Amino acid sequence: MLPLETYSAVNAEWLIFLSPELASRAQFGWTITVHILFAALSVGLAPFIIYFTWKDVWTDDERFSRLRSFWVTVFAVGFVMGTVTGIPMSFQFGTNFPRFATIAGELIGGPLAFEAKMAFFLEAVFLGILLFGRERVSDRTYVLSSVLVGIGAWLSAFWILVVNAWMQTPQGYDTITQNGMRVARLTDPVAAFLTPRLPWMYVHMVNASVISVALLVGGVSAYLVWKTHDSTAWQASLKIAVLLLLVTAPLQAVHGDAYGRHVADTQPQKFAAMEAHYETGQADLHLLAFPKDLSALTDPHAENLYTVSLPGLGSYLATGGDPDAEVLGLNEYEHNPPVALVFWSFRFMVGLGFLFIGLAMWGGSLTYRDKLADSDRFLKAMMAATPLGYAALLTGWYVTEIGRQPWVIQGELKTSDAVSQSLTAGEAMATLAVFLIVYVGLIAAALLVLRWLVREELQDLGVLAPSQETGHGRIPWVGGDD
Amino acid sequence: MTELLSVDRYLLDALPEVWFGVVMFALAMYVVLDGFDFGIGMLYATRSDEDDRETLLSVFGPVWDANEVWLVAFGTMLLAAFPSVYSRLLADNYLLVIGFVLALLFRGIAPELREQCEDDRWQRMCDASFVGGSTLAPLLFGVLAGRWIFDVPTLSVPALLTGVGLTTVSVVTGAAFISAKTGSSLAADLRRYGIAGTVSYLGGVAILLTTVVVTDAGGTADAVLSVPIAVVVALSALSGLAGIGFARREQYRRWLVSALTLPALLSLLVALLLYPVIYPATGLTVREAVVSPLALNLVTVMGLPVLLLVLWYFKFLYGVFSGPVVDESYGP
Repeated sequence: MLPLETYSAVNAEWLIFLSPELASRAQFGWTITVHILFAALSVGLAPFIIYFTWKDVWTDDERFSRLRSFWVTVFAVGFVMGTVTGIPMSFQFGTNFPRFATIAGELIGGPLAFEAKMAFFLEAVFLGILLFGRERVSDRTYVLSSVLVGIGAWLSAFWILVVNAWMQTPQGYDTITQNGMRVARLTDPVAAFLTPRLPWMYVHMVNASVISVALLVGGVSAYLVWKTHDSTAWQASLKIAVLLLLVTAPLQAVHGDAYGRHVADTQPQKFAAMEAHYETGQADLHLLAFPKDLSALTDPHAENLYTVSLPGLGSYLATGGDPDAEVLGLNEYEHNPPVALVFWSFRFMVGLGFLFIGLAMWGGSLTYRDKLADSDRFLKAMMAATPLGYAALLTGWYVTEIGRQPWVIQGELKTSDAVSQSLTAGEAMATLAVFLIVYVGLIAAALLVLRWLVREELQDLGVLAPSQETGHGRIPWVGGDD
Repeated sequence: MTELLSVDRYLLDALPEVWFGVVMFALAMYVVLDGFDFGIGMLYATRSDEDDRETLLSVFGPVWDANEVWLVAFGTMLLAAFPSVYSRLLADNYLLVIGFVLALLFRGIAPELREQCEDDRWQRMCDASFVGGSTLAPLLFGVLAGRWIFDVPTLSVPALLTGVGLTTVSVVTGAAFISAKTGSSLAADLRRYGIAGTVSYLGGVAILLTTVVVTDAGGTADAVLSVPIAVVVALSALSGLAGIGFARREQYRRWLVSALTLPALLSLLVALLLYPVIYPATGLTVREAVVSPLALNLVTVMGLPVLLLVLWYFKFLYGVFSGPVVDESYGP
């Protein structure tokens, strides 16, 4: 075990943010929230980009050149945003959680370095070619570039999740004393990289990204179809998004159910928080729970909830069929995560997941009857669902990360012991404020760009009169040879 | 895997030193490649003509993102091989690091956002963010490097001069890069900034090293007066002066080559000043700070071949976009 100091109990007063620890946690949580939006965009949009590029290059279908040009621009803006928000993250382990970086450096440094070298470079280099090299490389190299960009995005997620999965189910190491500090030492790379959590996390995260982006593509396409009625390109785009949802949304539910059992087995405390299960014993499934007072929202010890429950279903889900099984409760642990946040995030995610399945089935049946573009009600539902995939993805991420607290490395190192000792509350607060403001601006800018792109598309389709201010001109590009 | 990879000794006896070299190489790649991006960003402020500005953006558009990945490669490899140095360096320089990454953020998004809307006010805002970020990023990164190498406060001559050094050398490489990519009138106009930058850079390095010797900052006075460093400094002066000559004679490709050796030599200077210590503030040497044999063997076997592959497709990328920029508009 690593040297653990006493965990300073979190209290509900706002003054807690004056501590460097909570300001650091809020900063990390906020920066990763925004980064994940763009990282998931790369992962989820990659299959669309590859497909549109391939169709555009190998068929003379004008529809796909329009779709490719639109979504590659979105991809490029998202990738830039992902890069600029990812660079601070790559340093935050050092700036805010240096004791975590020192203690776990041997275990997490390798995978993070592999992410940069195997994935990030691949994505960045070939995106340059995909964006600006159409006239400079052969068709084959061009399509290959889109595939390599996609592989880069998916590999990137893989190596990042290697690190995160190790933090959830750590193994493959022992501890030694180095320079007066007890640190983790790698003993078994295969065990440390291929942790029990990795396959569950990877499938769930990549699938969630594809669902989120399918809903984004579907929502934008539905809007353009609704506006124009006869755009065959955007009808095709809508159909592809619906078909992709038809596969990925049900998969997420089936996989998520099994993933839940895996969490119950490997992180019983997180499972108990997800289900607000306080006393060890038979677990009920709480459909709804309301805190009796406001402090229960942030107090990790909150037990006073009004609940509407289905008896035994929690046990049934945790074990895969036994409604009477004993499930460990939060009473087993001295310190618990903020239960209400985890509980509600989980319910929000699962509820949205079922909504997506319904939406996919609806769209599927319309596609089958060849009426996808005709149902205004469905088009409006798709438009309304545009941001919901992201909402589900983020709340799912909160379940994973907040549900693990107070641990940063499950069972080994507490978050409070990982924080910088030299960081002052003032520095932490000031930078938190700057990140809050700047990242809100980034999201606003990304949404503005999407809006301009959609408006420009409407102008091109002849639905909207061209206006002076929103013209979108590519900068002149490289041409000619030596 | 543990049977194939030794747990109790390094694959090569000198592997810790090799990794010190690899980390410094990544730093050099970053300083050289993103350096000219920064330089272009600063020179952008001197252009008011819209066509000139768009040409400047075109020059580095396809490559800047890939260039910037070298920073992440540097950071993560430092973490993988020397986690305690990574942690202490970043924790000790909290505000500098956050300021630096924010400067990178502002300069990174600006060109991409600028081209999405032709509104004047929007473009002016993006331009300000681009120029400001491009100036602050090398300055803050240089100050950070100065604090690292010389163990001095932020507001001290060695730290500030290191910041100024990185900023001026970026102006030199930026001007040379634009000149080599565009030729003609823009180059003729920009080379004077390149020449002024070279003079200030060489002067700055001379003052910096003199100050370090006089004050013995970080105990590096002896190191500065050694032969290898004298050779690196002499080579810098030579390639700087040669660069000025090439720029005057409009031999822009040669100028670019000599200009790019300046930040490369600067990184070499950093490595020579540090070694065998890796973090003077803690007194830790490379051997003391390095991770255990198995972890280092693993990043060597899995990481170094990939790094070679990366260098190969970087060459491919620069090959695809070689040649001068002309006014030919195409994109996705």
